[in-house]
Amino acid sequence: MTQWIEIGALDEIPRLGSRVVRTPGGNIAVFRTESDEVFALDDRCPHKGGPLSQGIVHNKRVTCPLHNFVIELASGQAVAPDEGCTHTHPAKVENGTVWLALRQAAAVS
Amino acid sequence: MLDKVIKQKLVVIGNGMAGIRTVEALLERAPDLYDITVFGSEPYGNYNRILLSPVLAGEKTVDDIMLNTVEWYEDNNITLRKGETITMIDRRTCEVVTEAGDRVPYDRLLIATGSNPIMLPLPGKDLPGVIGFRDIHDVDRMIKASTDYRNAVVIGGGLLGLEAANGLMKRGMNVTVVHLLDTLMERQLDPVAGGLLRKSLEERGMVFKMPAQTQAILGEDRVTGVRFGDGTELAADLVVMAVGIRPNFELAKKAGLHCERGIVVSDTMQTYDGRIYAVGECVQHRRQVYGLVAPLFEQAKVCANHLAMKGFATYDGSVTSTKLKVTGIDLFSAGDFAPGPDKEEIVLQDANRGVYKRIILKDKKIVGAVLYGDTIDGPWYFQHLRDGTDVSHMRERLVFGAANLGDGGVSGQNSVAAMSDETEICGCNGVCKGAIVKAISEKKLFTLDDVRAHTKASSSCGSCTGLVEQVLAFTLGGDYSAAPKVKPLCKCTDHSHDDVRRVIVEQQLKTIPAVMRFMEWKTLNGCHSCRPALNYYLLATWPGEYRDDQQSRFINERVHANIQKDGTYSVVPRMWGGVTTPRELRAIADVAEKFNIPTVKVTGGQRVDLLGVKKEDLPAVWADLNDAGMVSGHAYAKGLRTVKTCVGSEWCRFGTQDSTGLGIKLEKFMWGSWTPAKVKLAVSGCPRNCAEATCKDVGVVCVDSGYEIHFAGAAGLHIKGTEFLTKVESEDEALEVIVALTQLYREEGWYLERMYKWCDRVGLEQIRKRVVDDVKNRKALFERFAYSQQFSQSDPWAERASRGVDRNEFAPLAELELA
Ligand SMILES: Cc1cc2nc3c(=O)[nH]c(=O)nc-3n(C[C@H](O)[C@H](O)[C@H](O)COP(=O)(O)OP(=O)(O)OC[C@H]3O[C@@H](n4cnc5c(N)ncnc54)[C@H](O)[C@@H]3O)c2cc1C
Ligand code: SF4
Ligand code: SF4
Ligand code: FES
Repeated sequence: MTQWIEIGALDEIPRLGSRVVRTPGGNIAVFRTESDEVFALDDRCPHKGGPLSQGIVHNKRVTCPLHNFVIELASGQAVAPDEGCTHTHPAKVENGTVWLALRQAAAVS
Repeated sequence: MLDKVIKQKLVVIGNGMAGIRTVEALLERAPDLYDITVFGSEPYGNYNRILLSPVLAGEKTVDDIMLNTVEWYEDNNITLRKGETITMIDRRTCEVVTEAGDRVPYDRLLIATGSNPIMLPLPGKDLPGVIGFRDIHDVDRMIKASTDYRNAVVIGGGLLGLEAANGLMKRGMNVTVVHLLDTLMERQLDPVAGGLLRKSLEERGMVFKMPAQTQAILGEDRVTGVRFGDGTELAADLVVMAVGIRPNFELAKKAGLHCERGIVVSDTMQTYDGRIYAVGECVQHRRQVYGLVAPLFEQAKVCANHLAMKGFATYDGSVTSTKLKVTGIDLFSAGDFAPGPDKEEIVLQDANRGVYKRIILKDKKIVGAVLYGDTIDGPWYFQHLRDGTDVSHMRERLVFGAANLGDGGVSGQNSVAAMSDETEICGCNGVCKGAIVKAISEKKLFTLDDVRAHTKASSSCGSCTGLVEQVLAFTLGGDYSAAPKVKPLCKCTDHSHDDVRRVIVEQQLKTIPAVMRFMEWKTLNGCHSCRPALNYYLLATWPGEYRDDQQSRFINERVHANIQKDGTYSVVPRMWGGVTTPRELRAIADVAEKFNIPTVKVTGGQRVDLLGVKKEDLPAVWADLNDAGMVSGHAYAKGLRTVKTCVGSEWCRFGTQDSTGLGIKLEKFMWGSWTPAKVKLAVSGCPRNCAEATCKDVGVVCVDSGYEIHFAGAAGLHIKGTEFLTKVESEDEALEVIVALTQLYREEGWYLERMYKWCDRVGLEQIRKRVVDDVKNRKALFERFAYSQQFSQSDPWAERASRGVDRNEFAPLAELELA
């Protein structure tokens, strides 16, 4: 069952940028694209755990600041030729407010 | 509704390599702008004319060399009228007229009629069996003749003639090459290389008659022989005339367009009638006509850009290089190799290996190269030739090629010909040479990106890019796409760094989206490579006007600290000239304890690094450091980093000048400035050079009589000593020269291009001229730097610690207790 949690105003996240949400299960990076879509991913690069929230966002992708893996925001998949996947979480915007739903895995681990 | 819009009509005359390359480039840029009709005399789609030689030699088939099939034209909604020749252009009514009398209107017209083989006006030239070497039809006739007859004479010992002769010989004919001069390919080769070439062709069975002038072609119903100026005769059943080409511009000339040796065009590939463009071998641009595809493709790109109404690209002419496509013979020639009083040459001749190399230098630059037997470095020399690189520092070893330079990989190239198929080329993806060669030949790959997509080679770290390019060049041989072209800024665009910088100024583009829109970026928001580059270019071009885009900054520059492997940051306060005080040290010690900073380390740039700071602590750490009078050291920046100094005349018994004082002065003046890549300075008080000034981006070595200014050194991934720029007498002059030099680099450097690479590319002399010799220019550069400093000398730490800039950056958006 998904339970939506309000995490803040969309305006608090820069366009083509990201903010971090702290959880007991680790940080979650919430990204905002140029067209105001939001995506939430564990803030851990599949390569060596780099903080994706600190990367450069372009279109619906983010480049990890440590060694330039490019991650698809929607799926968490690394763009070929790199391999790996980061856990994603459902996120949405309603009336300028950002909502997040935590999947079991992240919440527990 | 939209499809009701009436499109403009573009008519193309000439279905050849230049014309269709233009159409392809146009479709990429503006797919829906025109209704396109292409007329071509030949009854085929567009094919790779270059590869007619391997077809003749039986190494390839006609199908192999097709570039655009009839289906391609259909798929792209292009009307192809093959087998139809245009006989008139009616500029009054804007129509072209076909042989059959059909009139077709145009809004814009592109003439790409190529050239015709020159047929010497000899008696008998119209006899059956006398042909040129230009198209599939000619090749068909030669192949037929080779099955029916035995003796062939090729008139002309140039590139085309020798390729024809080689093909006919492979098909079993006895071939004699007749040449007017005593050197083969005299336009590309010097007599020594010409002699070597002749010798190896003779070993294969080719016969030469040279120097010799052909006087008449003999025969009644068909050619039977050739008679020469000295009265001798030679039997022949086939005569191939390959004495040169003549640009095909009759049509244009009849229409009243200005023609000289070709159709005269402007830098935007327009004829004197602005609606009519021309590209390819039929044109004359800045007094040059070209007979090789590399320049024609550059023309095509510019022309397409203009047809797409982008109008900012211009064609500035090309330097060309040649390779002979005779399997087993390696020959490369480029540029100007005629001897001259102001030229120097470096020659290597190794008769045993059959290797000959001659490199011609003028003003410390390569102006020509002739290689025989070992041509793997051809592209490398050619690149330096085109770039006008100052090669004086590698002069002694130049002739041995890139592989033997041992330049620590600055050029990143190696000899690939000698490598076995198992040699690993791309370490990241474990791709060996054989796999790349196989993919290139089987999948018909032409470009680096193709190879990346298919083999993954050089798609990760990219350090093997140079090698992959060499494998590509070596595998494709004379094929056109091996022609070196300008490197695009990144995958999001075809434009080079230089193009982008120029267009930003010309078009007054002032935001990243504006640049991307105008220059037709291929991706929505660019990527992590181009966005920081564009941000820098705009910042450097429009100081005070452009608003720095934080989201286009790499994290270190966005948060003014260096990200570490665990996601924490390191903080380095500025210590002017490497000098500190007890108060500063105390503040650093307090901060380290207060915030539990795990590591405190002295850096190579004479300051102290606090490592392992949590992101959310950064503003508080900075506030404490600010309180003690310290500011950001920009240890994270593509900008001015450190100015290392020695104690100089203030303390040292050898010191000649106040090196510490000068270092501090420089640092105080230049801190905060953004540059294409990091800039490190050093000042040593005497030639003992304790501050290691001669491996910095800019280094000053003080002497009794003044200050020696050096620059373009590096001591990182690559090690390179500095170049001597000039010597000045006063501190003020030293400051002025160094600041002007940095400003020139700021204006011309490519993003991430260190100063030493910029110097390599632009040339030491060029830089010295503008920074040292031209005093007016130096002062202007200095002024521009000073102007932009008023906007950049505000401590980014203070802005964030106490003025609330970017508050959101450092705090989490939310903290969830339970989840
Ligand atoms: C055998 C051979 C080997 C070569 N090897 C090399 C090489 O190794 N490297 C290299 O760089 N270059 C090489 N070249 C040169 C290269 O092929 C040419 O530079 C290039 O093809 C010129 O392109 P273009 O579009 O200007 O002319 P073309 O490709 O000749 O196209 C012109 C077309 O226009 C058509 N046409 C002309 N007039 C009319 C008209 N009135 N109406 C309709 N159609 C018309 C012609 O039939 C022709 O198809 C070689 C050429 C030949 C022949
Ligand atoms: S460089 Fe010269 S002046 Fe400076 S510390 Fe060394 S010896 Fe002394
Ligand atoms: S040398 Fe390598 S490991 Fe050491 S700090 Fe520099 S980049 Fe890191
Ligand atoms: S940790 Fe993200 S690329 Fe290495």
